[in-house]
Amino acid sequence: MKFNTVIIGGGLAGLAGGIALQKAGRSTAIISTGQNALHFFSGSFESVEEAPQRIAALFEEAGVRLHYSPGVRLMPLGTFREAALSLDDVSLFPTPKIGKKALIVSFRGYHDFFASFLAEGLEKQGMACRIEWLDLPELELLGQSPSEMRSVQIARTMDRIWEKVVQEIRNWLQDEDTVILPQVFGLRYNTVPDRIRQAVPANVVFVGTLPPSVPGIRTQMLLKRRYELLGGTYLMGDEVTEAHVHEGTVHSIVTKNLDNHFIEAEHFILASGGFFSKGLKSNPFRIYEPIFGLDVEQASDRSGWYHPEFMHDQPYLAYGVKTDDTLHTLCEGKPMKNLYAAGSILGGTRPEMGSGAGLAIRSALAAVDQILKTEAE
Amino acid sequence: MKLQEYTESKYNFEECMKCTVCTAYCPVLQVNPLYPGPKQAGPDGERLRLKDPYFFNYALKYCMNCKRCEVSCPSGVKVADLIQSARIRYDRSKPKLRDRILASTDFMGTLARPFAPVVNGVTGLGVTKAVLDATMKIDRKRSFPKYSGRSFEAWLRRHEEEQAAFPEQVSYFHGCYVNYNYPQLGKDLVKVLNALAVGVRLLDKEKCCGIAMITNGMSEQAAKHARHNVAVIGKAAAEGRKVVTTSSTCTLTLRDEYPNLLGVENAVVRDSLLMATRYVFERLERGATLRFKPGFHKKVAYHTPCHMERLGWGIFSEKLLKMIPGVEFTLLDSACCGIAGTYGFKKENYAASQAIGAPLFEQIRSINPDVVACDCETCKWQIEMSTGYTVANPISILAEALE
Repeated sequence: MKFNTVIIGGGLAGLAGGIALQKAGRSTAIISTGQNALHFFSGSFESVEEAPQRIAALFEEAGVRLHYSPGVRLMPLGTFREAALSLDDVSLFPTPKIGKKALIVSFRGYHDFFASFLAEGLEKQGMACRIEWLDLPELELLGQSPSEMRSVQIARTMDRIWEKVVQEIRNWLQDEDTVILPQVFGLRYNTVPDRIRQAVPANVVFVGTLPPSVPGIRTQMLLKRRYELLGGTYLMGDEVTEAHVHEGTVHSIVTKNLDNHFIEAEHFILASGGFFSKGLKSNPFRIYEPIFGLDVEQASDRSGWYHPEFMHDQPYLAYGVKTDDTLHTLCEGKPMKNLYAAGSILGGTRPEMGSGAGLAIRSALAAVDQILKTEAE
Repeated sequence: MKLQEYTESKYNFEECMKCTVCTAYCPVLQVNPLYPGPKQAGPDGERLRLKDPYFFNYALKYCMNCKRCEVSCPSGVKVADLIQSARIRYDRSKPKLRDRILASTDFMGTLARPFAPVVNGVTGLGVTKAVLDATMKIDRKRSFPKYSGRSFEAWLRRHEEEQAAFPEQVSYFHGCYVNYNYPQLGKDLVKVLNALAVGVRLLDKEKCCGIAMITNGMSEQAAKHARHNVAVIGKAAAEGRKVVTTSSTCTLTLRDEYPNLLGVENAVVRDSLLMATRYVFERLERGATLRFKPGFHKKVAYHTPCHMERLGWGIFSEKLLKMIPGVEFTLLDSACCGIAGTYGFKKENYAASQAIGAPLFEQIRSINPDVVACDCETCKWQIEMSTGYTVANPISILAEALE
């Protein structure tokens, strides 16, 4: 099977690149080893100082609503972090002074949202907090299996009964100016968070939960649907096992599922992720990129990979494949002619700063621009 | 050291990093609170079961083996295999009569076929359904697949000579459904392959692939079938023929379940067995041509069966359908229809089964296609029963579009 471009990796970088190429009239395939880091998405894209409009437009067409307003967002432990371009779910504030009194609402038996930590964090900053627990008969069934009372399961129920939650909140609400809820709304219907905001007579703020991320999964579903609607081929649950490379040009790849049916393309984008997604792997001796054997930034001695203090900056988190200025990957110091890298395989991201999403989008679009430029020349 | 260096473990279960992604994609967990979910039933439970089989949980029977957890796993853990193999290893309960009957598709087919009109009439009756519901716990709301009066094998044997006249042959693993219930699909395949100048042969007596036995606690019988099928497929391969199939579930069973769950080595199957849509697509890609009817028009919505997703071969059916002039194509969202073979026939699963399929049915109704395309027979029963739309195998749609 032949395509103009094959993208290895189906996360944010892969999907953004795929959508942009399909829109430019190129045939593409995305190969994805299972689901991706969008399932851990905070909802904000850091480091997109340039061209937020281009990104917002790309997402808007897929039905993913973004807003841009440099400021701060509320974190799950009641602290604030800088944010600008974000999903509509995420409230952005000019400063951390977001209100005087907050009503924090969570679900009884739900362990992936820490209302008391959130309250403690906000109280340190002078905001009075009250916590209320929702006891909904519709969630009792989920509670039978405590390990499965998770964001997505709750969100599926909330898609049906969110109005009941609004009613409960209205009953509880006294003089609070802010209502804080876990991000478990609008999995299927992305207008729900806005409708809740309209229906509650206070400032409603949705705060991230432990994974899976409900807004992240919704974003993944909408982007994938958009990509397929544009004619893209998304191969889910497949894995590239081998590449056919000749003098710096990739000709085709082999996948686990399609075995002897090679996939050929003019261009390839490697967006296979970092360590979590196995875009990068390690053994006791080295850190390597498993498909093409590309050059990977790393300290030569293993002891330099990490800092013994867990919470310290960890050098290995910044490691990634080496590229030239135009995102061509390097192999034994030489640029690969038609293999670009995008997303967290580039390294340099700081998961604790949530900078992955911005880098994913920017590098994917830069790789697409590069491909289109090469073709025009 | 191997474990630490290469993190190798059976079904890759040591690779699970507890990310919970599988739980977001398990269709059962969405509707059945009694099911512990793929993470708990799979890698988490395995850790405990290895310590002591006492920790085996009988609620694992609610897993319908759709494999969606495996497709979604970012770490390559074979979650569904872990669950099914735990059932094989630790489930000491004897399969009920109902489960034995549901699982024995070829045996039942052999019995029912000669009396097809009577059997079809009787299983369609409200009173029969009520009796089956009460005595066997087969849900009365379920429609039964109809049996065909003449088997596909008998039909193809009558055309043996003309098929042998083609310059090239493939063998066809037709499965129980084509043989006993719906020989037309087999005839459609013959038409398509003949149009590519390829003749169709039977295998040297295939047996049911055995998937229903695996999921109904009859893995020993399934392993017997597996060894037999691997041998006859091996024989066809040794004579230089590819073996094609039209059922995604039979294919997944022959390719993956045999070695992974039954311990039956099948390298020869993996080398020679192909879904017919992949076989046809590859022929066309290598330059073969098909002549299509002028003026053919059909709005087709393609549903990728769960096991087709696991195989990763939906792309061939999709590309093939898009190639047909006059086909207006929509790819349905990736979703389970809810039936999962014999699972949805059981009374205790009926409600869950229909709830799982609901979003898919809703999407089909909103698209309002002329036909839903799908490579799985049980999806076909489920979607036809639940939506009223006709469901056809991509091969049948292709056959209809041919001149």
